Amino acid sequence: MELLIHPFYQRALAAALIIGFSNGFFSGFVVLRRNALSVSALSHTMLPGIAAGILVTGMLTQASAFVGALFAALMVGLGSVAVARGNRIAQGTALAVIYTTAFAAGVAILPRLDTRQELEHWLFGDIMAVGNADLWIAFGIGSLTLLVANLLMRPLLVTMFEPNVAAAQGVPVRFIQYLLFALLVLSLVASLQAVGCVLSVGMLVAPGATISLLTDKTPALFWGGGLLGAAGAVGGVLLSATLGLAPGPVIVMLLGSLFLAAWIFSPRYGLIAGWKK
Amino acid sequence: MSDEHHDCCAHHGHHHELVIDSLRVCYRNTVALDDVSFATSCGNRVALVGPNGAGKSTLLKAIAGLVPRNGGSIRWRGTAVKRWSREFAYLPQREEVDWSFPITVQGLVEMGRYPQTGWWGRFSTRDATAVEAALADLDLLDLRHRQIRELSGGQQQRAFLARALAQEAHVLLLDEPFTGLDRNASRQLGDLLEKLAREGRLIVASHHDLESAPRLFDEALLLKSRSHGFGAASEILSERNLARIFGQVQDADERPAPRAIATPL
Repeated sequence: MELLIHPFYQRALAAALIIGFSNGFFSGFVVLRRNALSVSALSHTMLPGIAAGILVTGMLTQASAFVGALFAALMVGLGSVAVARGNRIAQGTALAVIYTTAFAAGVAILPRLDTRQELEHWLFGDIMAVGNADLWIAFGIGSLTLLVANLLMRPLLVTMFEPNVAAAQGVPVRFIQYLLFALLVLSLVASLQAVGCVLSVGMLVAPGATISLLTDKTPALFWGGGLLGAAGAVGGVLLSATLGLAPGPVIVMLLGSLFLAAWIFSPRYGLIAGWKK
Repeated sequence: MSDEHHDCCAHHGHHHELVIDSLRVCYRNTVALDDVSFATSCGNRVALVGPNGAGKSTLLKAIAGLVPRNGGSIRWRGTAVKRWSREFAYLPQREEVDWSFPITVQGLVEMGRYPQTGWWGRFSTRDATAVEAALADLDLLDLRHRQIRELSGGQQQRAFLARALAQEAHVLLLDEPFTGLDRNASRQLGDLLEKLAREGRLIVASHHDLESAPRLFDEALLLKSRSHGFGAASEILSERNLARIFGQVQDADERPAPRAIATPL
C-alpha cells in the first residue's frame, strides 16, 4: 500500500472514482436506450478523430485529441441520427456505414503520422499517467453529465419509455435525443485517458447492464450504476497493482465479471432463478 | 370514486363535448385520414371500427396529438385543442410498449403526474394522493411494486388506465385495448370501461371484434380513411353498413405482407 503515497497513484484513484461514477450513472441511459452497439461505434470513431486532430494541429496534445475525438464522434453520431430521420434507413445501419467510413479514414491517416506509439495510449488508456488537467476535465464532464441528467430526468425517462407520448406532452424529444448523444460523447471523451477509446465502452455499458438485472426502479439503475462503476474502477486500479497488469483492462474485466455474476446469480432475472421457476 | 365527486359531468350538469371536424392526416405522400368528423360527449364509449389500415390508430393518435394534423379541428369543451390536452390520455397498443423497461406499476402511474409536476416540480401530497387513488381505483395496490412485464394482459391495461386516471384525464384514447386479452380479462375490462364512462369520462377505442362491439360500446364510428357513419353502436354496426365498409376492401388496399428474405444460413 506504499503506492498510495505517490501523487500519480492518488490521481489515478481519483480519476477512477470520478470517471467510474459518471460513466456508470450514464450507462443507465445506454441500457434504457438499448444503444450499446452505437456506443461501441462512437468510441471507435474517436480514433480517427484523434488522428484528424493531429493532422490539423500538427501534434498530439490533450486539446487536439479531445477536440478531434469530440468532433468526429459528434459528426458520426449526429450524422447517423440525421440520416435515420428519413425513416428509410435505420439508425444502426446509418451509424455502421458512417463509423466504418470514419474509421477507415483514421486507418488511412495513421501511417502518415509518426506518433503511432502515443496513439496506442489513446486506444487503451493509461490511468497512471493522468495529470491534474485530465482530472479537472473528467470532473467537469462528470459534473455536467450528472447535473443535466438529474435536471432533465423526467423528460428523459418519458422520452425513452414512450417517445410519441412524450412529444405529445410537449417534451422536445429531438432535442432530448441530441442532448443524450452529446452527453454520451462527452462521457466517452472523459474516459479516454483512463481506459482509452476501445475499452471505454465497457465503463459506459457494463454497470447499467449489471444493475438492470438487479432492480426494476429507474433511480436505482442510475445511482446504482454510478456506485458500481466507481467501485469497479477503483477496485480495478487497486487490483492491477497486485496483479501486475495494466489498470484499464483490469477495470473493464472486473466490471465484465460483475455483470456475468449478476447474470447468473440475480435473484429475479438470473440464470439460476430462471431454472428454479 | 363516486359519480357525484367526479369533477367532469356530474358537477356541471351538462355534457362536455368532443367535436372532431374534417380531420385530415397525411404521412408523407399518403393520406391516412381525410374529412373525418364526429361529435360525442363524455359518459360515452365510442368504438372506432374499420378494416386494417383504415386509420383507426392514426385517428386516436391525431386526437391525442401524437401525430400532426394536416387539417380540420378538434374541439373539447368548446375550446380548440391545439396540440395536446392534459385531459386526453392515450393508451398505446400492447406491442408498442417496451415492457422490459425497468419501471414498476407505481412508477408508471406516477408518470401520469408529470404534466402537473412539470420537469422539476416536487411530488406534492396532491400528486401522491392522485397516484394512490388511481392505484386503488383499478385494484392495483397489491401489484404496485411489480415490474410491468410481470403483469397479465388485463393488469397491464389497468396499469395504463391508472396512469390516465392519475393524470386526471377525461378523454381516454385506447388503441385496441381488448386485443390479446382472454375472456375473463376482456369482461373485466369491459366492466371497467363502463364504470369509467358512467363516472363521466369519454372513452374512444379502436376495436376490431365486430361481434362484441355493440355490447362494449355506446357509439361507433365506421372508418375507412373517411368517416362512413357515426351513431349508436347497435345501429351503426348493421350487417349492411359493415358489408359496405369491409366488403369493398380490394386487394390493392391491403398492405402487402412483408416477404421473408431467403438466406443460405
